[in-house]
Amino acid sequence: MSAVPAQTTLIATSPPGARLARRRARLIRERLIELVLFLAALVSVFTTVGIVYILVKESVAFFQHVPLVDFLTDTQWTPLFDDAHFGIMVLLSGTLTSSAVALCIAIPLGTIIAIYLAEFAPFRLREVAKPFLELLGGVPTIVYGYFALLFVTPLLQRIYPELPGFNLLSAGIVMGIMIIPYVSSISEDAMRAVPMSLREGSYAMGATRFQTAIKVVVPAAFSGIASAYILGISRAVGETMILAIAAGMQPNLTFNPLEPAATITAYIVQVALGDLPHGSIGYQTIFAAGLTLMLFTLVCNIGGHLLRKSFREAY
Amino acid sequence: MAAANPTQIRALIASHKRWDTIFALCGLLALMLGVLTFAALFLDMALDGGARLSWDFFTSYPSRRAGQAGILSAWVGSTLVMLTTAFFAVPLGVAAGVYLEEYAAKNWVTDIIEINITNLAGVPSIVYGLLALGLFVYQFGFGQSILSAGLTLALLILPVVIVATREAIRSIPQVIREGSYALGATQWQTVRYHILPYSSAGILTGVIIGMARAIGETAPIITIGALTFIAFLPPSPVQAEPPFLSFEWLFSPFTVMPIQMFNWTSRPEAAFLTNAAAAGFVLVFMTLAMNGLAIWLRYRLRRNLKW
Amino acid sequence: MKLWPIAAAALVAVPVVFPVQAQQRIVKIDGSSTVFPITEAVAEDFQKAKKQQVKVTVGISGTGGGFKKFCRGETDVSNASRPITAKEMQACAEEGIKYVELPVAFDALTVVINPKNTWIKELKVEELKKMWEPAAQGKVTTWKQVNPAWPDAPLKLFGAGSDSGTFDYFTDAINGKEKASRGDYTASEDDNVLVQGVSRDVNAIGYFGLAYYSENKDKLKAVPIVNKGGSRSVPPSLETVMDGTYQPLARPIFIYVSDKSMNKPEVREFIEYYLKNAGELVKEVGYVPLSAQHYSQALKNFSSKKLGTGFGGKNEVGVRVEELLAREAKL
Repeated sequence: MSAVPAQTTLIATSPPGARLARRRARLIRERLIELVLFLAALVSVFTTVGIVYILVKESVAFFQHVPLVDFLTDTQWTPLFDDAHFGIMVLLSGTLTSSAVALCIAIPLGTIIAIYLAEFAPFRLREVAKPFLELLGGVPTIVYGYFALLFVTPLLQRIYPELPGFNLLSAGIVMGIMIIPYVSSISEDAMRAVPMSLREGSYAMGATRFQTAIKVVVPAAFSGIASAYILGISRAVGETMILAIAAGMQPNLTFNPLEPAATITAYIVQVALGDLPHGSIGYQTIFAAGLTLMLFTLVCNIGGHLLRKSFREAY
Repeated sequence: MAAANPTQIRALIASHKRWDTIFALCGLLALMLGVLTFAALFLDMALDGGARLSWDFFTSYPSRRAGQAGILSAWVGSTLVMLTTAFFAVPLGVAAGVYLEEYAAKNWVTDIIEINITNLAGVPSIVYGLLALGLFVYQFGFGQSILSAGLTLALLILPVVIVATREAIRSIPQVIREGSYALGATQWQTVRYHILPYSSAGILTGVIIGMARAIGETAPIITIGALTFIAFLPPSPVQAEPPFLSFEWLFSPFTVMPIQMFNWTSRPEAAFLTNAAAAGFVLVFMTLAMNGLAIWLRYRLRRNLKW
Repeated sequence: MKLWPIAAAALVAVPVVFPVQAQQRIVKIDGSSTVFPITEAVAEDFQKAKKQQVKVTVGISGTGGGFKKFCRGETDVSNASRPITAKEMQACAEEGIKYVELPVAFDALTVVINPKNTWIKELKVEELKKMWEPAAQGKVTTWKQVNPAWPDAPLKLFGAGSDSGTFDYFTDAINGKEKASRGDYTASEDDNVLVQGVSRDVNAIGYFGLAYYSENKDKLKAVPIVNKGGSRSVPPSLETVMDGTYQPLARPIFIYVSDKSMNKPEVREFIEYYLKNAGELVKEVGYVPLSAQHYSQALKNFSSKKLGTGFGGKNEVGVRVEELLAREAKL
């Protein structure tokens, strides 16, 4: 209480010059802080620039050997064999199929869980369940990979005996389970941020929790939920170890999850840590593949961004 | 609607209630599925490797003899790398998130930065490793050290921290900001005294998810030169003589838990596979502990939120 | 909040104030994961013998990654499951790195079948070629197609991934050309996975290092191989590899030491310890040791600084170690 009068007397009795100087100092400090924060945001841009630089530098060397048309249209990917083929569609099909399987699991389950935790679950259950779910995202991906190979695949083979030892389905399922926390945690945070007043209005109209959740809360939180989805998609496409271990290293142009296939990420790991001499064309293929993956996720992200912008609600 | 009779209305209400219960059940089942999978994984590893856990296992260095091999250098390395990662990722991520939400004008530059960040979340971790090799290890000269690993992983989890920070900040009602400005606070004062405290719970969510991912990463760490056999520890951060605090450990060679596990799973002797399961169990446990700490913090912070 | 700028400034000042590397005597090794178990065993015992005065660190970046670091002068020793290639030789020459090539063990590629497989008693290289050559892709899918006497059952193939030295050597030895292989087989980097695959399927056949077969003798059967132009079949074992009769699937694996590092006493002592004790240690980790004469000749090459590689930048199948050690080395 005594601080307030002291401050006002200070302001009242200090000469105008000092007041202005203080104001200016504060302005400068504000600007400085803004600059520091801006630089932090720029770090991500620099990271991208760095990544693009490496990928493009080596890819340029690669594309001098392999024509772009071949790269995009060849149906075989055997860059390390004597008879080399460089069709990126083969690896891309593996990535797309496994991501699709993973997202078929992660998005529905993640959203349902998020809605349940935000709207239905009692406080205790939520505080206990949420950490457990986040732990799913914390299991090392190698552990998931071996889990898929040694537990999920035999399980699936009992249902469908023809399933090969390496396949995209088990890898995709395990990947989906891994991504659930990404979707559910962030969606749930977004949903809980919707003000109670909106919900109360809905309940006052006689809606059930389910109706409120679907018709009021989810649309209100949609931009946050969409962020969560996009993060989940990015994670699925960029996942490496689970696919490297459980889906096999077999480049295979297929959209059938019941077959083994190599994804772009698994291929990159295989070669980067393998016995190939660095600087050979086989090694350069990983940069071309990485570049393709990056362009693909960029297109998806731009699409997602535009989608989110048109749906953002203000309240 | 005026013609609707009580029976019809009651039937409608009953049907809605039914859907409500069905959905609640579905939600619970979905939740159980997630929790059960984790339990299955954890139990699987505990059964396979639990017998191997002993004081020796935690205090021995790797060895060619499975019975004598331990994870000392691995868990110390993992802990130090996690500290470094958190040190870089949290301030950078939060600062970037705050900037994008509070300060940035809604123009195309901001759009590009946003798209850029979500794009980075999809880059495979090994590409970060290749970037870090060229940049941190060679260009900056940090060498194949804990510092390089920490920086690499910080870059890797930066998108997650930023996205979570933004979502947390976005969830704060505008009235809070308006109240603060109305009292004459500057933008930074608003952020520091109002926005950050209220959003810290959500920020912690992002940090938890990010760090949990970082502790389990293998490929980028191997690429920047983490070792698989190292039978000594980095120099201790706290020393007996002045200046009491040492940063030498940042530049020391190291190994981490996932690499140890990865190496052991590919060895032919069956005893190494038991070791790998035990190491995996410890790794998940370490993640649990790290998460537990952050979750407890978040719980405490969230309790105070009322709006 | 005020702590962050101070902490950040302190961290930035660290590289300036403190020395970059710990003041320890460290021998840095990196490279192939195939050679890793041997080097790890040597490093472990060496450190004990030296009472922790010298430290040894070993990485598994792969043979290619290992050479990259080696040719930049970052590592003292490079583990390699194949000889150094011409491109890598060039990279080393550009940086002024010279090296000694030292074979340290044999890795015998073992062809394995399921224990319930009754129709295979031995395999000729020509039969293996029919199964694995590029022309077989999509066409040779049953056992009967390889040899009419065998059952008409599906042929399930398991093998190494196409980026590994194992793959290069096998294709060179069996198909006659490095990296020439059919693509439709189950490939894996992790040989334990291949072990599982073959042991669970009666129609399976696969190849991987001897160590993985030795650990799983109860689940697999090793196939004796008849070399091209030979008449007797030779099973893979310590003896047959050491006396050179198991051909063509026995390959030497190497370490490369840089001449700059050889000036450091700890590196010299390490290599001497390596070559003196490899005979025992190699056996312990499941590989096949060279003969005592081989090791002493290698030690002589090392002491006399015989710089360069005897392979000329390309791999060769069926080279005898005594011949290799006697060859002229080129940088």
